Amino acid sequence: MSVVFGRIYTMRDWFFVGLASLTVFVIVPILSLVVSQDSTFHVSQYWVTLIGKIMCYAIVAIAMDLVWGYTGILSLGHGLFFALGGYAMGMYLMRQIGREGQYQSDLPDFMVFLDWKELPWQWWYTDQFWWALLLVVLVPGLLALVFGFFAFRSRVKGVYFSIITQALTFAAMLLFFRNATGFGGNNGFTDFKSILGLPITTPETRMILFTLTGAALIGTLLLGRWIVTSKFGRVLTAIRDAETRVAFCGYNTVYYKLAIFVLSAMICGIAGALYVPQVGIINPSEMSPANSIEIAIWVAVGGRGTLSGAILGAGLVNYAKSFFTQAFPEYWLYALGLIFIFVTLFLPQGVMGLLRKNK
Amino acid sequence: MKRRIFIKQLALTAAIAAIGLGSNSLNAQQKTVKVGVLHSLSGTMAISETVLKDTVLMAIDEINAKGGVLGMKIEPVVVDPASNWPLFAEKARQLITQDKVAVTFGCWTSVSRKSVLPVFEELNSLLFYPVQYEGEEISKNVFYTGAAPNQQAIPAVEYLMSKDGGTAKRWVLLGTDYVYPRTTNKILRAFLKSKGVADADIMEEYTPFGHSDYQTIIAKIKKFASEGKKTAVVSTINGDSNVPFYKELGNQGLKATDVPVVAFSVGEEELRGVDTKPLVGHLAAWNYFMSIKAPANDAFTKKWATYAKTKNVAGHKDKALTNDPMEATYIGIYMWKQAVEKAKSFDVAKVTAAMGGQTFTAPSGITSTMDAKNHHLHKAVFIGEIKADGQFNVVWKTKGPVKAQPWSPYIAGNDKKKDEPALMAEKKK
Amino acid sequence: MKTLLFALLLCASASPAAPAFAIDKTAVEKLAFGDADERSASIAALLAEGDPHAAALLEAVSEGDMQSAGKRILIVKGGQGIDAVTGEAVAPLPEGREDVVANNRLRREIEGALAAFKLLSPERPTRLAAAKALAGGADAAMLPLVKKALEKETDSDIKLLLELTAASMEMHSGDKETRLAAIQRLGESNSPNSRTLLAQAAADADDDIRLAAQKSLREVQGKLAWGERAGLLFAGISLGSILLLTALGLAITYGLMGVINMAHGELIMIGAYATYVVQILFRKTNFFEWYLLLAVPVSFIVAAAVGMLLERVVIRWLYGRPLETLLATWGISLMLIQSVRTVFGAANVQVENPAFMSGGIHAFAGVVLPWSRLVIIAFAIAVLISMWLLLTKTRLGLFVRGVTQNRAMASCVGVPTGLVDMWAFGLGSGIAGLAGCALSQIGNVGPDLGQGYIVDSFMVVVFGGVGQLAGTVYAALTLGFANKFLEEVSGAVIAKIMVLVFIIIFIQRRPQGLFAVKGRAVEA
Repeated sequence: MSVVFGRIYTMRDWFFVGLASLTVFVIVPILSLVVSQDSTFHVSQYWVTLIGKIMCYAIVAIAMDLVWGYTGILSLGHGLFFALGGYAMGMYLMRQIGREGQYQSDLPDFMVFLDWKELPWQWWYTDQFWWALLLVVLVPGLLALVFGFFAFRSRVKGVYFSIITQALTFAAMLLFFRNATGFGGNNGFTDFKSILGLPITTPETRMILFTLTGAALIGTLLLGRWIVTSKFGRVLTAIRDAETRVAFCGYNTVYYKLAIFVLSAMICGIAGALYVPQVGIINPSEMSPANSIEIAIWVAVGGRGTLSGAILGAGLVNYAKSFFTQAFPEYWLYALGLIFIFVTLFLPQGVMGLLRKNK
Repeated sequence: MKRRIFIKQLALTAAIAAIGLGSNSLNAQQKTVKVGVLHSLSGTMAISETVLKDTVLMAIDEINAKGGVLGMKIEPVVVDPASNWPLFAEKARQLITQDKVAVTFGCWTSVSRKSVLPVFEELNSLLFYPVQYEGEEISKNVFYTGAAPNQQAIPAVEYLMSKDGGTAKRWVLLGTDYVYPRTTNKILRAFLKSKGVADADIMEEYTPFGHSDYQTIIAKIKKFASEGKKTAVVSTINGDSNVPFYKELGNQGLKATDVPVVAFSVGEEELRGVDTKPLVGHLAAWNYFMSIKAPANDAFTKKWATYAKTKNVAGHKDKALTNDPMEATYIGIYMWKQAVEKAKSFDVAKVTAAMGGQTFTAPSGITSTMDAKNHHLHKAVFIGEIKADGQFNVVWKTKGPVKAQPWSPYIAGNDKKKDEPALMAEKKK
Repeated sequence: MKTLLFALLLCASASPAAPAFAIDKTAVEKLAFGDADERSASIAALLAEGDPHAAALLEAVSEGDMQSAGKRILIVKGGQGIDAVTGEAVAPLPEGREDVVANNRLRREIEGALAAFKLLSPERPTRLAAAKALAGGADAAMLPLVKKALEKETDSDIKLLLELTAASMEMHSGDKETRLAAIQRLGESNSPNSRTLLAQAAADADDDIRLAAQKSLREVQGKLAWGERAGLLFAGISLGSILLLTALGLAITYGLMGVINMAHGELIMIGAYATYVVQILFRKTNFFEWYLLLAVPVSFIVAAAVGMLLERVVIRWLYGRPLETLLATWGISLMLIQSVRTVFGAANVQVENPAFMSGGIHAFAGVVLPWSRLVIIAFAIAVLISMWLLLTKTRLGLFVRGVTQNRAMASCVGVPTGLVDMWAFGLGSGIAGLAGCALSQIGNVGPDLGQGYIVDSFMVVVFGGVGQLAGTVYAALTLGFANKFLEEVSGAVIAKIMVLVFIIIFIQRRPQGLFAVKGRAVEA
């Protein structure tokens, strides 16, 4: 066991994993819940949700980095997997509203509104938390499996793969925008009341979600690290660098690519599931091609091929977005656009590459 | 090697958390009161919402020039939620908890309002929502200064049924596929049925967001119109798609005298991008038109034109236009100011109580009243025909202000709803 | 014609001493101030005399040129005003005038009345236009007038139209024989209006009428069905031509050069805004009709210049790293959108079609082919041909093909690859600009214009086969047709989704697209 631990990280790195865990599980909860609101050290609800949201994005960024940075497959459809996870969780949350909705019906409000008398099949059992959790990983996973299988088997790669994943997420967005699809159309799901019986807006519930997200992020990081240092991970990197040669060596690259693609989709689903209760809304615009491109940009900004870079990129870009949209509401797109251009031109290894160079 | 830089990635996690530590903003200065402006300045909705931000800023300038509110200057806090619905919720939370705004003016789409609603209710803060919408909602934290369906859609259809409107007997309900058109069309279908229109005489058709090719749809309308009695089209097509729709309509020679189109989302601003000569006579139903002749409107349009010039508002500095949501925004700000002055406080509960029954001489020329209970304005309904210069001729209007029915009586089950905000918080306890 | 009538009014008012003409004053007042029914009645009263001045007056009302100042009723056009009743020139115009509003009903009634009135005009085009207007569905009360006109009419086209119009009016007749004859007559028609009337008659209580109407209805419907099919075909071609225009530029920048140009949509937008600016400049001149002649080259040059600038500053550092071009061009697209928003405002801007681009040809059976779409189809073909000539027949084209096929070798034989890249990228961008110019004629021009076309453009290029111009053409047309036919069957939303799914499956079956580049390379 210790061999595995040692291979993944050095002692020093483990120290920082511990530190991060401490921050997420102990320090922030105390500062937010125990420390009085007037204190300078109080962490407000705004920051808890903002950081929670960014941590969800960071998980997606790691998932993206595994397929792009390590395996060389640029998927522009990861927003879809993220949104599907979110929708699965959203369905559960909608059912949890119960009769507290506007129409005091067992059905979610929008269904009452569309005059539906009973739940459509895709909603069966969604009031069960375990089923929702299963959906969170199974739906993105299955979609990735089917889509990836055919794509990789036909040797769709590079730019072609990027563009058909983009088409996939675009088609899904249009599908979910339809009211008749049964997922609330453009309004999506919102106005959640409770999760597992806990009211969703209390600071305590928020903190639980926050720590769960933190745990998921650290878990994903460790999992990712374990994968890329394993033999499987080395094959992936080899596929990225010279797929034909790997194939000539006797590896069936299709299954390697498929495995990492499906895993990545499932991780995105989990991130989506954690994201929805924290931001309080899921809507088809999460599936827009622009969102998926942005995921790739986080990874590029942070540094492809390094897991820490993915986290850093997601954090930087999203924090910059949150900051700029308030500080320079009229001009922030210039700043964001410039960052993307600057990074691709001058920092091909991302911010992580810069940090490494200075060492 | 990669392991060494691992330090950084943890430092990041810590850093993200650390940003939160020093984040408590200083208490707002005593001499000013902050007001949030939550309109998209980028992304798909910027096209409609940007001008509302400028309207808010204009009204605030005006109020400040006259001494502010309760002796305090108003300080606007403008943020850009970038047409991104989760970002709307985040920005709302930021405005309320970080900037400590007394009130927020914002949102355009229903989904953005639905996204921020839980935040406003949780943190008990006020939102003024200035756009016509589908109803089916009353929140104690929101004041709706736009129209409910009975203040826009139903009068328009009644007009088209009348002799003056062309005694339409067959109806095409055309919209973008999202909640507002769906709901409005549902209400209209029920309404039309109650007037004896058969299902076979109603055609409902939806297009995706951003749809830009209306050839087939218009061919379908033509076919439908030729299959029977006098036909009218009710359009709830959303923002951007209107230009290609109207251009195709004009080019296909579907004239207003044959098949009139009445729209609920097309105003002066939307027509800015269209050559209106072929569209003369098509209709729109609103609670305000720029062409309304009233002293209050003259003052309003003049102020806006001056403001747009001095502040260099792109687009408007050359051709200043006003529209219904701008008017609703303007009414909202002034009503809030009056309510604050009546309540002598910025406290949400007190201001809410003071809002009921507030009146304001709206640019539309009537005296708008905030309903004592249901948080919606009483508004007059105007029906305008498009003129060749992109303005509207008012051809019909209601006798006086109409009370909003956010719970439409044409939707089953709504008869049991109370015409006031449900007290969710109390109910839970 | 309309200006002509106004001129007539003005001429009549040239001698200010005596009233130039007199129109029934009470009728005019009723027209201006009466309630809806009085206004309708006054139309007939005014036209009863057959006075051309009254016709001109009615036209002015319908155009929205009538104003009132107190009790006085004026007709004001272009700053000049005359008294509606007496025809005297009124100068200066009184203050506080109010528009006399004409609504659809009044306008429709005036239109019908004027059309009937104009049927007696000596000029053939006027009569033809009037007959066409009446054929669109006229009030049965006009029947005597139409019959009167029919007796005098000698022109066969107009006569046919009038006979059908008369028949459609006689459908409401009480006499069975007349109705049967009318039903028979309408069977020859191919206008949607006849279908409406026949459909009503097909449910008549009388057996003879019902059977005759059903027979005629079948005939009419048969003709209309052909019209619908033709309309659909045209819609498919039109959408295909638009897809082709938007994708052609990308076929160069992405297909040939391998740059995943996410800013392609924004280059289209720049072309559209260039058209807008040219149009603004022309509005002040007398040559407004011809602004497109300048707008086409300007939109090409502006977009090409922006493209070349981008190529020099950003993209040239990224050749061979296609996925990174995606990120950088995405950043560029954000900045371009925002800068347009800053300069021109977030709202749409108005691009007015020149007169020859509005309206359409009434082909047959209710099918209208809009001029703007016809022009765009021709334009797309022209762009395609010139691009093909440029790539295959010129030295630059040779260089571009050489560089894209084998950069190192091209460089060895002395091709300035850097410059060729710049020109090629400029060409692709310029064609995007041309697409923008075309789109400005049928759609909206706003900062988000390009976003709506970017996914579609990529689909067309990938579907057609990267690096293949012919593939792009076939792909654009196929997708255009597929979209329109599916839309007819399943509605717009599902059609779009089905087309996307179809592309995904197609690419998975055949990754090289419709047309594959033949070669032996295992992978690039």
